[in-house]
Parts: sequence; C-alpha cells; structure tokens
Amino acid sequence: MSDVVIHTEEHPHHPFLQHHFEDMQQQHEASTLGMWAFLTTEVLFFGGIFLGYTVYRLAYPDAWAAGAHFQNLTYGTLNTIVLLASSLTMALAVHAAQTGKRMKTFWLLAATLVLGSVFLGVKAVEYSLHFEEGLFPGSHFHYHGPLAPQIQLFMTFYFGMTGLHALHMVIGAGLLIWMMVRAWKGHFGEEYYSPVEIMGLYWHFVDLVWIFLFPLLYLIDRHK
Amino acid sequence: MTTAVIDSPILDLPKRRNYINAEYGFFSWLLTKDHKRIGILYMLAVTLLFLIGGFFAMMMRIELLTPEGDLLTSDTYNKFFTLHGIVMIFFFLIPAVPAVLGNFILPLMLGAKDLAFPRINLLSWYIYMIGAVLGLIIIITGGVDTGWTFYTPFSTQYSNTHVFTTTFAAFITGFSSILTGLNFIVTVHRMRAPGLTWFRLPLFVWALYATSIVMLLATPVLAVTLFLLMIERVLHVGIFDPNLGGDPLLYQHLFWFYSHPAVYIMILPAMGVASEVVAAFTRKKIFGYKFVAFSSLAIALLGFLVWAHHMFVAGISIYSAMIFSFLSYFVAVPSAIKVFNWTATLYKGSVSWQTPMLYILGFIGLFTIGGVTGLFLASLGLDVHVTDTYFVVAHFHYVMVGGVVMAYLAGIHYWWPKITGRMYPEWWARLAALLVFVGFNLTFLPQFVLGYLGMPRRYHAYAPEFQILNVMSSAGASVLAVGYALPLIYLVWSLWYGRPAGVNPWGAVGLEWTTASPPPQENFHETPVVTWDAYDYPSMLKAMGDTQNV
Amino acid sequence: MMLSDFPLLPEQASTVAGDVDALFTFLCVVTGGVSILIFLVIFYLAVKYRRRPDNELATDEEPSKLLELTWIVIPFIFFMVVFVWGARLYFRMGRVPDNALEVYATGKQWMWKFQHPSGQREINTLHVPVNRPVRITMASEDVIHSLFFPYFRVKMDVLPSRYRSMWFQATKTGRYHIFCAEYCGTEHSGMTGWVEVMEPTDYQKWLAGGTEGSLASQGEKLFQKYACATCHMTDSTGRGPTLIGVYGSTVLLNDNSSVPADDNYIRESILNPQAKLVKGYGPIMPTFQGQVNEEELLKLLAYIKSIQHAPSSPAAAPFAGVAPMTNASTPPTGKMNQ
Repeated sequence: MSDVVIHTEEHPHHPFLQHHFEDMQQQHEASTLGMWAFLTTEVLFFGGIFLGYTVYRLAYPDAWAAGAHFQNLTYGTLNTIVLLASSLTMALAVHAAQTGKRMKTFWLLAATLVLGSVFLGVKAVEYSLHFEEGLFPGSHFHYHGPLAPQIQLFMTFYFGMTGLHALHMVIGAGLLIWMMVRAWKGHFGEEYYSPVEIMGLYWHFVDLVWIFLFPLLYLIDRHK
Repeated sequence: MTTAVIDSPILDLPKRRNYINAEYGFFSWLLTKDHKRIGILYMLAVTLLFLIGGFFAMMMRIELLTPEGDLLTSDTYNKFFTLHGIVMIFFFLIPAVPAVLGNFILPLMLGAKDLAFPRINLLSWYIYMIGAVLGLIIIITGGVDTGWTFYTPFSTQYSNTHVFTTTFAAFITGFSSILTGLNFIVTVHRMRAPGLTWFRLPLFVWALYATSIVMLLATPVLAVTLFLLMIERVLHVGIFDPNLGGDPLLYQHLFWFYSHPAVYIMILPAMGVASEVVAAFTRKKIFGYKFVAFSSLAIALLGFLVWAHHMFVAGISIYSAMIFSFLSYFVAVPSAIKVFNWTATLYKGSVSWQTPMLYILGFIGLFTIGGVTGLFLASLGLDVHVTDTYFVVAHFHYVMVGGVVMAYLAGIHYWWPKITGRMYPEWWARLAALLVFVGFNLTFLPQFVLGYLGMPRRYHAYAPEFQILNVMSSAGASVLAVGYALPLIYLVWSLWYGRPAGVNPWGAVGLEWTTASPPPQENFHETPVVTWDAYDYPSMLKAMGDTQNV
Repeated sequence: MMLSDFPLLPEQASTVAGDVDALFTFLCVVTGGVSILIFLVIFYLAVKYRRRPDNELATDEEPSKLLELTWIVIPFIFFMVVFVWGARLYFRMGRVPDNALEVYATGKQWMWKFQHPSGQREINTLHVPVNRPVRITMASEDVIHSLFFPYFRVKMDVLPSRYRSMWFQATKTGRYHIFCAEYCGTEHSGMTGWVEVMEPTDYQKWLAGGTEGSLASQGEKLFQKYACATCHMTDSTGRGPTLIGVYGSTVLLNDNSSVPADDNYIRESILNPQAKLVKGYGPIMPTFQGQVNEEELLKLLAYIKSIQHAPSSPAAAPFAGVAPMTNASTPPTGKMNQ
C-alpha cells in the first residue's frame, strides 16, 4: 500500500465512482479492505462460540461424542460438497465479472445461489428431523438417556453454530440476488467489479466456517 | 446583538454554502450521507441518552443520602443502577468521542471528502438508534435489574425483568460500533490526503485507529456472548447455568474479553482529544509524538490480554490470576507514557488557559488518579479486599467520567467553532469547567475511602457508619450536575448569539483548521496536499501569517 | 471532628489485614506522591509558560530518548514491585493453614447460612474463636454471591456450581460486618450479617449449646433417608463403590483416569453421578439434583468425610479403584481456587 495517493491526470468519470473517492482504484481498495476488516470481526464473532464449544467438549467428551452420533453424516457430507461447489462457481463468477462477461457472471452467480439454496434446504431437512427426534433444546427436548443435560448442551451449540452459519448463508443469498440484478444490468466490467469480488470474499468465508463446523459437529469422536 | 439573526442561527452568518445550509428539511438530515451531519445526529442522540443516564445517577445519589432504602424500593434502585450503567456505557461513553467528534473531524483531519463508506456510516447511526429506542422502551415498560454486566445465572434464570430485550439492545448497538470502527480503519488507510503519511497524522487519528481495532476485534465477542445468553434465557438450556451443566465463569470470561477492551474503546479516543488540545493550546508539537502514537496501539493490543483481572475472587486459578495481574501492569506503562509526554509538552510552550485546555488539564489529573488506582486493583492481594466495593466504582468513574467525559467536553469546546461556526461564551465555559472538576472530585474522591472501608457496590441500603461519606458524595454530585447543565445552555445559546468563529480561532494547525467554519459539504474545495508534520506550529503559523485569530 | 470518628481504614481484625493495609498505604504514598508531583509540575509549567505577547510561538523541544526511557523503565520497575508484593499476599490468602477450623457456608437469595461440624446452624451470624484459622467451605444455592469480611480484608465469590474455600484468622474479639459483595438480586444490600469473634472459652460454651447432633451424624441420617446405603455398603459387595475412606483418596475412573476425591468430587458425584464413574461400576445411580439442597449436601459431605474406617470390621476388603492417598488423614490443604 502506498502512503501517498496522488492523482493529477483527468479522466472521464466512471458512473459508479462515488463522489468522495478520487478514482476507481481508491474505491476498489477501500471496499476490499472494508470486507477484510468485516471478516476479521466475523472471525472473532464465530471465535466466541467456537470457544464455548471447545470448553464444553473438554468438560463433557462423552456427551460430545454421543451428540455427533445424532448427526446425519450423509446430509452433512452432501452439504459440504454442495458448499464447496458453490465456492467454485462464486470464484468463477468473480473472474467472469473481472473480464467483463456479463451473462457468464449472471449465470455463475445464479448457480452459486442455487447451490446455496440446496445447502439451506438440506439444513432445513436436518433441522426438522432433529425436531421430530426431540433433540431441539428447551421444552422440545425429549431425550432422556444418560448425559441428557450435556447432550442438550451439545445440541444447543449445534443449533447455535449452524443457525448462525445458516443466517450468514441467507444474507449471502440476498446479496447474490442483488449482484445478479446488477450483473444483468451490465454494471460490472474490467474497471468496476469490486461488489462481486467482495461478495466472493464473504461467500468463501461462510464456506470456510462450514469447513470447521462439519468436522467439529459431525465427524469428531464418531468412532467412539 | 441585532434582532435580525435571532430566527436563523448560524445559517445567515457566513453567506457561503456549508454543510448546514447545503440542504434543508427533515429528510435532508435523516437521509444524509455527510459525515458531518451524521456526527451532529450522533451528538443529539448521545446528549439525550447522557441526560437519561444522568437522571438515574442523580436518583441513586439522592437515595444514598440515608443508610436506609427510603426513597426507592430495592427493586427500583437495582433497576436504576443497571440502567445508569447500560445507558452510560453502551449508549454514551462508547459512541461519544468516536461517533460524534471522530465522525465529524476524522475526514477533515485526513483531508478527505468523507469517510470511506458514507452509507454504512448512516446505517451505523440507525442501528445505534434502534438500540437506543429499544432501551427507552425497556425503561418505560419496567426496566431491567441485572447490573450492566448481566452476570449469569442471575440474568438467565433468576431475574424476571426485561433481560432479553436489554441484551438484544446491547447486541444491536454493538454492530453500530463495529461498523464505525470498520469505516474508520478503511478511511485512515485509504483516504489520506496526498503527502499525509502515517507519521504526519494527528494523534487523534492514531487514537481513533487504535480504538477502531478494538471495536472490530472485541465487539463481536460481546455480540456472540449476548447471543448465547439470549439462547439460554429463551430456551432454558444450560450454557452458563451450572444446574444444567454450564459454567457461569465462562460467561464472565467472554464478557470481560469484550468489556475490558471496551474501556479502551472509551478512553483511547479521549486520549486522542487530549493530545490535540494540548498541542493546540501550547502551540507545540506533542512531546514524544511517536511514543504517544504507539502507546495507543500498545494499549489497544495489551488491552486484550488482561480481562481476567476482573475475576480475581470469582474462581479462576491462583496461577492464572498471577498471569493476568502481571499483564495488567504492562498496560499501565503506555498510559503512563502519555501522561508524562502531555506534561512535558507544556515545557517551553505557549500555554493558553482557554476552556478546552482547562478541561484537558483536569483530564490529565483525573485520569492520573483513575490510572494509579487501577494499580491497586491489579494488585492481587489488595484486589481481594477492594474488588466489588465503592473503590472500583470510584476508580471506574475517575477514568470514565474524569477521563472520557472531560475529554469529550474539551473536544466539543475545541471543535465547536468548526462545527457551528460560532464561538461559545468563554467566561461561562470556564466556570462550567471549574464546576465539573470540583464537583467531580467531591463526588468520587469520598468513594475511594468508602470502598476501602468496605462498602460494597450496588447497595441500596448500607451500614450507618458509611453515611457521612455518602452525603459528601451526593453533595458533590449536585455541583457536578450544575457543571454539566451549563454547557447545554450556553452552547445552544451560542448557536444564535455566539461570535462568528472564522477559519481558525485558536491559531491551531491541522487540516480541519484550513477549511471554512462550518466546513463546506465537500470539506475542502481542493484536495489539500500535505507537506508538513503534525503540530508543526512554528512553520505553520509563519505560513498561515495573518489568517490566525481572524 | 476526631480522626477516630472518621476512619480512613477499617479496623484490622485478622492476620492478613495489617499486610493488606501495608500494601495499600505503600501504594497510596507512592502513587499519591507521584500524582501530586505531576499536578504541581503541570500547574507550574502552565503558569510559567502561559501565553504572553513574548511567547506567542512555542519552542519545539526535541524529545530525548533517555527521558522517555526513564519514564518507561522507572514506573515499570515500581509496577513489578507492586505485582510481586500483591501476588505474595494473594498466595498467602490462598493457602489454608492445616489446623483450620471447618465451617460451611451457603449463600442463598438473600441470606447467609453457616453450619458448624458440631451441628450448630446459624443464619447471617457466624461465631468463630479468636486466634484460630477458620476455613469456610461454601457454595451457593442459586446465583453468584460473594462472602466479604471487610475487617478481615478477605472476600470470595460463592458459586452455585462448586465448593470453594476461603480462610481467615481473627485477631480481635468483637462483632464485625459480613457483606454480600456480588450483586444477587432484590435484597442484595440486605444480605449482610455479623461475625462474632469470641474468646476460645466462650466459643466452647457457645458450641455446647443446643444442637441436633454433629453435622456428620445429621449427614448419616440423610444417608439412610435417601437409601444411599443400599448400594454404597461398608464393603465392596454393593452395586456402588463403598464410601469408606474415599474422601481424600485418589479414585480410578472408568476411562482409566484418576481424580482426587475432594469436596467438589463428592458434590458432583451426588448431583451428577454419571460425570465421573468409578472403574468397574455402571451408570445406575440416579441424580439427586433438585432433591438434596445445599445444606443437606454439606451434611452428607461431612458424613462421608467422617467415615474413614469401616465401623465394625477393621479388615475391610480393599475396594475396587480406590487407592489411599499418602496423606489421606489430613484434610486436603485447600488452594483458594479449586
């Protein structure tokens, strides 16, 4: 990063250059840095709940192992594959926007949206199964075997962590729709693609969170 | 004063266009993206909430005049100290300096047209307002009685007040602070004027930058902690409830991981104001500029490593207590550096005794007392006796009120001519500064003694031998209240009758003093190019020639 | 006004009070002195260099690195002195003397209940002998409280999740405040009481007063009432491990780890029996959470502590999983934080 930004040459004003920026480069750098700063906040946000998970996993290893057995490995694996695929389409969409391919950008964003929705759909199925099994914490919790309170704690973390993740997915889906509209209108090109790029950063981050959630909630201690 | 100016404050005076008269109408304010107008919106909101928080404080001080709980019921008293804490911390102290003064001044200091993300800036104000309105609804519909710390399991299983709504309001408001921090960080990195290198930045910018780092890294942890607390409260599961397998100490760890750095969110920008004012009213470069700049970053980072010093008697192991005590002394070093450097700046200065400087001289003194009493609390064997007593209350108020509020008032007076284009009445302002300083000490000095004598905090009724000191404290509080009421009156008065300020009434350096007062909507007609260091008074004053003291 | 009417320090009535006050005084003198010095310097400089026509412009001083270093290093050395002093004091407060008298405390919204091993129970009053260390083992029935003896300069949070213990040794007879220092709800400020420090002979007289039998014997009754004895027999033939000699020993668990059988282990085994299963025993014990209150728990604890030897047959069969600790006869020298 340069300490001094000097802009002297006059050039035609890009329609999406906001008035308080000197040029497109400054605007692009600002929005990218802004998203990275936001993701730093997100790391700490998820970090707090991961810490809680870790503390109780150490305190109640048996309950945590039992809790993992309540998770459906097929759905979990399916969702992991779906989400990784959506990250690929997202990355391709950023590339398409960068190279000014309007329809390609649009369809790749649409593919990302579809994959994201599949993920949320599968998650909804899993949630409803847990409801039926009486594993939703609180007054709906009907598991009465040994370690019931600790398993309820596991399920609380399960719903808390995957719920926050799903909320991020829903917000991401909304942003994707907005990006699709803008892509359709042909807003993006070589000079201006930062919205798609920072959308991509966000999406990859949400994907990354799942890459931690899946082993921690589904796989770990499954052998026990 | 002629009658012609009465019905249009400020607006008619400079006939030029500025950010105030650029657009008219209610929505031109509510939908503004101008950082200066958003700063004003914050100022109005923060002032209102300060008055509400102050009301609770006054009621408490009146109740504590007698040892018996005779004015308020114990439940009401508990709600009042809770609301006082929540309103003052989450809705006044955290946004006061950064969101009001920082918002207004930061882009001006950087020679930028606005913050990097003007829409996010407005969004952060709306998020803050949603939290504040929720807070007001809570106050009207019955309040909350957990203490601002929301300790579990009391908050999750035992209190039958509006705990969920309150934690939700604090949760929401946190995002406002995150967005402000994010905006500031990007702005400092990407929006500096040509030539404005990092070591030419005013120290207020360094302080805001350090604050923003803390906002960005600590606030999300509070958010997730309150999220877990809300889950526990609603579902009656045992995340922090020992009867259901949870650990109440985990809550305290998570809470203080935010709430200790949060005191730096409050004090760091105040220290930044102090640096600006000391430089301007001594006409000198701050002594040890780089030490002061880096001490802000050091405080921000070390502040993350000391949270468990709030828990020395709460049930952490003896060894972790030792580590946290040890680290707490490290964070005292950069604070001491600042105090010594401000003091040294006075040497061979051209010291002006105008109101902002009076407030900052008071700030240095009170912050010093607040800081050194922190050493008492960080000392393990001593903390066992003084923690959870009025000693802590006094220490905290010396830093937060003697520190932050004094610096906020200094900043308001210092930049008032820039914000409004008018001067405040100097005589009244000096009187208010004196009343605040005297009233503050009368209120809180006795509380150190009370605390060491053993009076626990959050006590509605107390042992009779504590009465004399409590009466002294309450008497001081009434002086303090008058001191706070005065600026409210004369600052509003000055909007109509204040002397026009001109570009640079203090003869101060810094980019904000090179543009008109009030500044035009785009801040600078031409992007400034910076070729001088911060606080380079000798060469700046020569260069500015007769523009000073217009 | 006499100075004695207006004390700045509370009375010193325990062995640590004088040391806490010494540290406090030291800090007051040094930090107070430095603060006053800073105020004087500020005032002097602000007056001496006040703006006058002849100094409209200030003289910039190039800061000397040595000066900066001085006011970094000297305060830091002072801070380290305070740290070491405070930490040593804390360590001392955390180490319970071996000959301490046992007292049990329960915090409950909004009262303090104290139980003595000999069976006396009292509310918001605690009788202790002078010049004898007293160890208080305590837990809360509901929220977090904090037991605070300002004249002894000791305080500790009382948790609902586990036993913690604090100690003091009173040095003067008299009547001193007890406060709850952690906010606990409506009548938090009413959760106060008095500690009566008595001459040993008076204390013995007080102890001899009416009681329902020792705490351990009351615990034994509860042990029968809850039918604990049907599984926890005096030998290893029961469905549960025998409890004789368990307290103070090291217990081997199902997962081959071992834990010391201290206050918190006994407590957890009653409230949450499945958490730590003794090797060789199944998860068959029901939880007593919600059935046994904190006072009863303390009685049971006192009983289990008391049964170090089988009542009739001294040659009780060695029981599975329990290996006597080397110094099982002495109570575990409590660390302040367990």
